[in-house]
Amino acid sequence: MSYIALSDKDKKEMLERIGVASIEELYGCLPDELKLGRRLRVPEAKSEPELERSFDALAARNTYPRFLSFLGAGVYRHFIPATVDYLSARSEFVTPYTPYQPEVSQGTLQIIFEYQTLVCQLTGMDISNASLYDGAMAAAEGVLMAQRLNSRNKVLVARSLHPQYRETIKTYTRNLGLVIEEVGFGDCGGLKSAELEAKLGPDVCGIIVQSPNFFGVVEDVAKVVDIAHRHQALAIVAVAEAVSLGILESPGRFGADIVCGEAQSFGLAPGFGGPFLGFMACKKEHLRQLPGRLTGQTKDVDGRRGFVLTLSTREQHIRREKATSNICTNQAWCALRATIFLETLGHDGLREMAVQNLQKAAYAAETLAKVKGVRLKFSGRFFNEFVLELPKNAQAVLDALKAKGLLGGLALERYYPELRQDVLLNVTEAHPKDDIDKLAVALREVLR
Amino acid sequence: MIREPLIFEISDKGKRAFALPKLDVPEKKDLLAGLAVRSEIRDFPQASEVEIVRHFTRLSQQNYCVDLGFYPLGSCTMKYNPKINEKVAVHPGFIQSHPLAPEDLVQGNLEVLKLVEDALSEIAGMDAFTLQPSAGAQGELTGMMVIRACLEDRGDPRKFVLIPDSAHGTNPSSAHLCGYTVQEVRSNENGTVDLEDLSKRMTGDVAALMVTNPNTLGVFEYDIKKIADIVHAKGGFLYMDGANMNALTGICRPGDMGVDVIHINLHKTFSTPHGGGGPGSGPVGVKKVLEPYLPVPRVVRKGSGFGLEFDRPKSIGRVHSFYGNFLVIVKALAYIQTLGPDGLKEIAEIAVLNANYIRRSLDKDYHLKYTTPTLHECVFSDKFQKDAHGVTNLDIAKRLIDYGVHPPTMSFPLIVHGALMIEPTETESRRDLDFFIEAMTKIAQEAKDDPAVLKAAPHHSYVRRLDETAAARNPVLKWENPGS
Amino acid sequence: MYPSHSRYTKDHEWVEPKGDIAVVGITDYAQNHLGDVVYIDLPAIGKVLDIHATIGSIESVKAVSEIFSPVSGEVVEVNSHLNNAPEVINQDPHGKGWICKLKMKNKADLDVLMTAGDYEKYLEGLEG
Repeated sequence: MSYIALSDKDKKEMLERIGVASIEELYGCLPDELKLGRRLRVPEAKSEPELERSFDALAARNTYPRFLSFLGAGVYRHFIPATVDYLSARSEFVTPYTPYQPEVSQGTLQIIFEYQTLVCQLTGMDISNASLYDGAMAAAEGVLMAQRLNSRNKVLVARSLHPQYRETIKTYTRNLGLVIEEVGFGDCGGLKSAELEAKLGPDVCGIIVQSPNFFGVVEDVAKVVDIAHRHQALAIVAVAEAVSLGILESPGRFGADIVCGEAQSFGLAPGFGGPFLGFMACKKEHLRQLPGRLTGQTKDVDGRRGFVLTLSTREQHIRREKATSNICTNQAWCALRATIFLETLGHDGLREMAVQNLQKAAYAAETLAKVKGVRLKFSGRFFNEFVLELPKNAQAVLDALKAKGLLGGLALERYYPELRQDVLLNVTEAHPKDDIDKLAVALREVLR
Repeated sequence: MIREPLIFEISDKGKRAFALPKLDVPEKKDLLAGLAVRSEIRDFPQASEVEIVRHFTRLSQQNYCVDLGFYPLGSCTMKYNPKINEKVAVHPGFIQSHPLAPEDLVQGNLEVLKLVEDALSEIAGMDAFTLQPSAGAQGELTGMMVIRACLEDRGDPRKFVLIPDSAHGTNPSSAHLCGYTVQEVRSNENGTVDLEDLSKRMTGDVAALMVTNPNTLGVFEYDIKKIADIVHAKGGFLYMDGANMNALTGICRPGDMGVDVIHINLHKTFSTPHGGGGPGSGPVGVKKVLEPYLPVPRVVRKGSGFGLEFDRPKSIGRVHSFYGNFLVIVKALAYIQTLGPDGLKEIAEIAVLNANYIRRSLDKDYHLKYTTPTLHECVFSDKFQKDAHGVTNLDIAKRLIDYGVHPPTMSFPLIVHGALMIEPTETESRRDLDFFIEAMTKIAQEAKDDPAVLKAAPHHSYVRRLDETAAARNPVLKWENPGS
Repeated sequence: MYPSHSRYTKDHEWVEPKGDIAVVGITDYAQNHLGDVVYIDLPAIGKVLDIHATIGSIESVKAVSEIFSPVSGEVVEVNSHLNNAPEVINQDPHGKGWICKLKMKNKADLDVLMTAGDYEKYLEGLEG
């Protein structure tokens, strides 16, 4: 089965107009020695019914949906209103190209403009771009942007920043002479501000800290910004759980210079890790160093309001090797879903969702900490994730819970070797109380 | 015609579109105390469901899209997006999976990744693939980092990367992000890489040559093997930008041409939808010698199933939080399985037929700077129209909109001034091709008879020519409450 | 056609000597090719430049061009009016669209540059 739309007659007549006898002649510009000369060794074509059956079988080999899961760690399960799937599935949203021809792309462009506005409102920043690949890449771009802004070659990275974001920052900076130094976390679970103060210097371009951080702890962003600015360094705040912006004070309010992160929580399914939605926002004065596409408002020849991609001179197709980033295709359709999600939830809906996350996670932490031998590891306030210290190796406990049909969270040992007995759990508005109670019962049994 | 406002202009307090279940855990009354909370999200919208549905539905009608018509965009491969791919990709078994789930609970997902890696390796003639990069540009960066890591391992990362003057902008940008200095290689009178210039520039200080094949003019680099030899002789690597793979599937394979690293765009060759600007996916294929440097984790076969391997000491690290744009990859797998070996070959054959049909139909009315045979795309210029009537490629493009067709690519290759790069892809029907040809022919005539009509185009679109200068001089990048 | 009191570079900058000071801008040819100027990245006062060092850059909607210093010297004044009205470069590239003033390090730098007549001939050669 192929998607060719030519009849035999069409092919014949087209070859005639071109003036060749066969398509093979059109490949005359290829050296014979390079022609493959055999069929590709891929499985034979499947009809649509066969394809569906085969994919059903593949999907069925994922038994994950049968489990009650408290996994978070940068990917969160939230309610997604029906409007999101329904509207985003429209052909006019799924199948258009990048809006380089604005006259025929006002739908996409206006939506991106709304998305940029929403991100600014949530983060408290002046300008947002049209999306980046994901939170990890956004964090890396944030670091690179800070380096470009003040030309200093060292960056401080909170150890409580998502481990996979930190790995990505390392990969992105490895060939650019940027030095990375980590700043540890204390017993509260938050960044050690004394260590930050000590490590800042005239060679440091900025500090990147996540809030709520990987452990779910809400950082003292105001303090981090203050310390950074006193050393003329930039404060980059990463947000992995975007719903937190529904209730927590915005990083912009505290003076953050760059806010970046992951907006998967806004209407994107966990989808085994992608496609997700990186976002990035900054202060007005740093506009020209912001990577990614930007949509701006303007007028047409008749005076009508319209939207265009703008300030493209920052980007690779114009500035080539001097571009702010090499990004071209980004995550526009994911940004569309996020926009529908946010507009459907609305101000009160998003705030209520965020508050429910706080309440349920607080209830879960309290309930689970009542199990003998279990305690809340960090004293800092948390949003919808928290770390529990268990009386024995965390992975062993999780394995026992798994045997009971529960995924109790993420064992932290593989990312933080000193946290052998610690597990990171996430609770959102989508976890009914019964499920939380079930986990408590199971945990009690497993630890007996 | 309804001109749909911004959501913020429709919004008002008291409107609601979504209700959450009531909180089912005992409510802590003082939970917000001691936490830095916001009193509100200033100006955040509130609308009803019907307003939201109408808002997006009306906006959708202002978008041109593949399901509406032809996109003759060179190097973009805007082919048809099959609907069965959309259906299988939203299977709950896929969309609900958490990427950090224990491996034994997501065997289906790991198998999807392995199946796609294997298929791409066969199609591209490479030894191993990573599916982590989220787009072509990120694939380029990943591929160049892999090259650099290997050269560093050998003791000398080298300083330069050679890039043809016809290359897409992401090429030099990606090389630069890898810490390399870019040097341009000239194209000859055929539009292909000038071998003499390449030989001169290829030294022991050059890490790689980045080439696109067929190049951005649609011309096959006939001497690609010679090119590979020149590069390899000095210990460098040959990187291929696989954006134009649509001309080659099942006909020939980059790996057989001497290519060491290639990135593929799933949202081009493998039919995954563009979504207005992503998500895409940019898998990177390498020859065996470069495999150790690929991003972690690698999907591996484990016993009768699959697993993830993290212990890869030579790996460049990560470019994505997890495994790449997984749901996009699912769509590509469905496409590959639907086409099979014969369908995959037919892509290239018909893509080339369609492009040459257009080229032959327009080569009297439009100037072809390079007369070399082309494959799946061709590049005209506005020279005839510009010299005689002052009509530019921009005017031609805007007038096409009045005919109901999306304009071709204009911004590159830089070596053709006033370029009109046309790639029909294999999924266009004869009717749609002829419609485009007729529109272009009429426009060429209009350029002679009534250039003013072109200069003022488009006339019939939702908005007409927009003031991009004003947008850039005084950027307005978000809505602001006029009351504030 | 091109002001005779100035000298010209192959990269389309003009320089008008006024005693020790060199006033620098881009030519009419350059602004025409660039299109509507939307932004200019001006140098900092005090910046010391060699011949051909990058002074800054000029952006239009679809292109960006670097400005190269025609002479060596120190930046003593910049036309900051261009920050709010970059279009002046299009309207009056040889007059009000001046970009910066340098205190010349070596007046002999001017001698290697093209006169107005040379520059006009050079442009004819480009168009062909």
